[in-house]
Amino acid sequence: MSTATATVTGPDAAPRRRGSRLSPPLLIAFALGAFLVLSAVRAFTGGNDLTSSGTIAAGLSAAVPIGLAGLGGLWSERAGVVNIGLEGMMILGTWGCAYLGWDHGAWAGLLFGTLLGALGGLVHAVATVTFGVDHIISGVAINIIAPGLALYLTKVTFVHYPGGGQKQSPPIGDAGSITLPFSDWLHTVEDKHWFAVSDLAGVLGGLVTRLSLVTLLAALVVLASAWILWRTAFGLRLRSCGEAPHAAESLGVNVYKYKYIAVIVSGALAGLGGAALAIAAHQFRDGQTGGRGFIGLAALIFGNWRPGALAAGAGLFGYTDAIQLRSSSAVHPLLLLMAIALALVAIWQWRTGQRAIAVVAVVIAVLAVLWYIDTDRVPDELVGTTPYVVTILVLALASQRLRMPKADGRVYRRGEET
Amino acid sequence: MSGPGATGTVNRVGPLDRLRQRYPLRSVLLGLAAPVGAVLFALLASSVILSLGGHSPSHVFSTMLKQAERPTSFVDMVNQAMVYYLSAVAVSIGFRMNLFNIGVEGQYSLAAFGAAYVGGQLTGGGPFHVVIEVLVAMLVGAAWAGVAGLLKVTRGVSEVISTIMLNAIAVGLGSYLLHKLGQSSGNNIQTKPISASGQVAGLSYSGTQAKIFGFLFVAIAVGVAYWFITGRTRFGFRIKATGLNEQAAVASGVNVKRMTLVAMLMSGGVAGLVGLPELLGQTHTFSQTAQSGLGFAGIAIALLGRNSPVGMALAAVLWSFLGKSANQLDFIGVPREIAAIMQGVILLSVVIAYELVRRYRLVLQQKDVAAQLAAVPATAANQAVTA
Repeated sequence: MSTATATVTGPDAAPRRRGSRLSPPLLIAFALGAFLVLSAVRAFTGGNDLTSSGTIAAGLSAAVPIGLAGLGGLWSERAGVVNIGLEGMMILGTWGCAYLGWDHGAWAGLLFGTLLGALGGLVHAVATVTFGVDHIISGVAINIIAPGLALYLTKVTFVHYPGGGQKQSPPIGDAGSITLPFSDWLHTVEDKHWFAVSDLAGVLGGLVTRLSLVTLLAALVVLASAWILWRTAFGLRLRSCGEAPHAAESLGVNVYKYKYIAVIVSGALAGLGGAALAIAAHQFRDGQTGGRGFIGLAALIFGNWRPGALAAGAGLFGYTDAIQLRSSSAVHPLLLLMAIALALVAIWQWRTGQRAIAVVAVVIAVLAVLWYIDTDRVPDELVGTTPYVVTILVLALASQRLRMPKADGRVYRRGEET
Repeated sequence: MSGPGATGTVNRVGPLDRLRQRYPLRSVLLGLAAPVGAVLFALLASSVILSLGGHSPSHVFSTMLKQAERPTSFVDMVNQAMVYYLSAVAVSIGFRMNLFNIGVEGQYSLAAFGAAYVGGQLTGGGPFHVVIEVLVAMLVGAAWAGVAGLLKVTRGVSEVISTIMLNAIAVGLGSYLLHKLGQSSGNNIQTKPISASGQVAGLSYSGTQAKIFGFLFVAIAVGVAYWFITGRTRFGFRIKATGLNEQAAVASGVNVKRMTLVAMLMSGGVAGLVGLPELLGQTHTFSQTAQSGLGFAGIAIALLGRNSPVGMALAAVLWSFLGKSANQLDFIGVPREIAAIMQGVILLSVVIAYELVRRYRLVLQQKDVAAQLAAVPATAANQAVTA
């Protein structure tokens, strides 16, 4: 998406290489290949839940909070502020959503959850931008305060409401959903279990049956973020604060202001993610976020600090989450998928001269295959770690492709070149 | 011009000299200002929150203080403080080298499981039983931290990111191993209990049945070793030098990659000890109910105590006091989570206060220098400016 700038400034060879990596035909081919491999694995292993519409729908709704948290991380880190307080801001969002949502409806809750998340972002911005505190420390502090605050507030508010308790809120209403007319037909095709065709029907069916409006909103937010950050002058200035804040300042960009905006939006998006989580669960519960803020961070890194790939990462992590909940035996074939992906990584790394990494990738792939042959199912406890393992593997095996904003995580003081 | 100027300088030198003599005092006061200010601010913030919730802040604080005086809760606090202290030392070893070991959380939980499992399998062994448990814990902690260290030195992966991921993986892995290798007792799954030779006896305290964990001595020894290694050895100096200025350290012959790996392993090794006081002194078995969140507390305490062995001990006691004395609050109808809020606010405000003090110091130094420059004869000052 940033190829536009690269083609203007870079030498001829560089943009062509980067362009080829990101060109739409290649991406589509890659997605198609992945899909065919998935259907083949489904047909081969008989794990029909791999591409059932139920799994896809569940995966999509699980991906929404993760994606929104990751998007929050994107805004903040693109402006150079690392935000590991996403988890805390998400918790504020879940609580806020329940606080208004239980008697004013889900959308009021969504709004208030977003607002509380933004408030968490504001705290992070004050600490990191105005006072120049280390970004990680401020994030850790927010992650300590937020769950305590949410539980404290629960005990002074929800306890007194009908259906509320010491650690949970009264039930929240539904946000509404839409079903496209041809979804019944898709379900019929899906049940035939034809290779590729039924899989496609399952995926499409999952996307258009009882699609939550919150999910739609999240998709719009991803598109809007991508457009704002990469297609507007505002976005260019904001990203310049994450790449070279001193240069940006010298060109008249108010770096503090942009960082503030970015971190507050970051908190708001994390809060929105938390609110989406509470709406999907129909209430606020203590410990509800379960590290999803950190998974969002993982999706951000997996997506190489870009909105599209980030959304894909969130989708992948939401998918593994959903598949584990629906049928833990369906996770087993995923080991084969992982081995195939690792083999591809190994080939690519070998060709680029990174022999040692290729060997490591092959070793892990072989281990995954052996594990697949040796067992019937993956233990539930380990399935939950998928996003983290995938992220570590991406970091370890493909880190030369990752590029975070250049001044990410550095404390910026106006007029103090470090 | 020269006449009045000369008398002016004479007048100015007097108070300046006295000020310079008082400088140490000023420095001490400034050093204390941040933690004291942060605690006061946290008291203020929590008072506001309590008042909004319809509770009386003074009643809450006096309840907490009274709770701390009871022998049982005092012992509880000491025990908790030593656990926090070990965690803080583990974090601060990384901090010394600009490494942010967020992974203490995962390191200690896996290490405690490993020690509990191995300790439970062993029978007899006499004094070596405990030694083996401690070694296993340190090795497991170091190994888990070593993954992050290796990723950093070989692939340039930020240790913050990798340790966050490793923490989450440790949760899953720990619970998987517990289900696979543990035995069920009631509706809980736990490792085989450690026999008497593998336990660490506690110290009695008058007025209560509760024992102070014998691991207290280990915690003290770790503190002393930390002080000695970081402050008195070449190794500690190299760690500190690398943390302060990596390029200068490289120029003076420090192998930064090796130091990074070693610091990470040491940090993980100490992190491995965090779960042991409770395991060897009280529960004797590892289960899902083992304490969590100690790693993040360690980060806060290391920051509050500024990586100083004594400072961290004081901070650990404060942290433990807040956490433990709040348990009593449920009985007066105040949610005990107010303590977590206070802890978080203290952490956030103390780092802000340190930053403000640092900036204020800079301003003071600039003023001092400016005053000194003004004090020397005008010609010399001019020379200094042109030079």
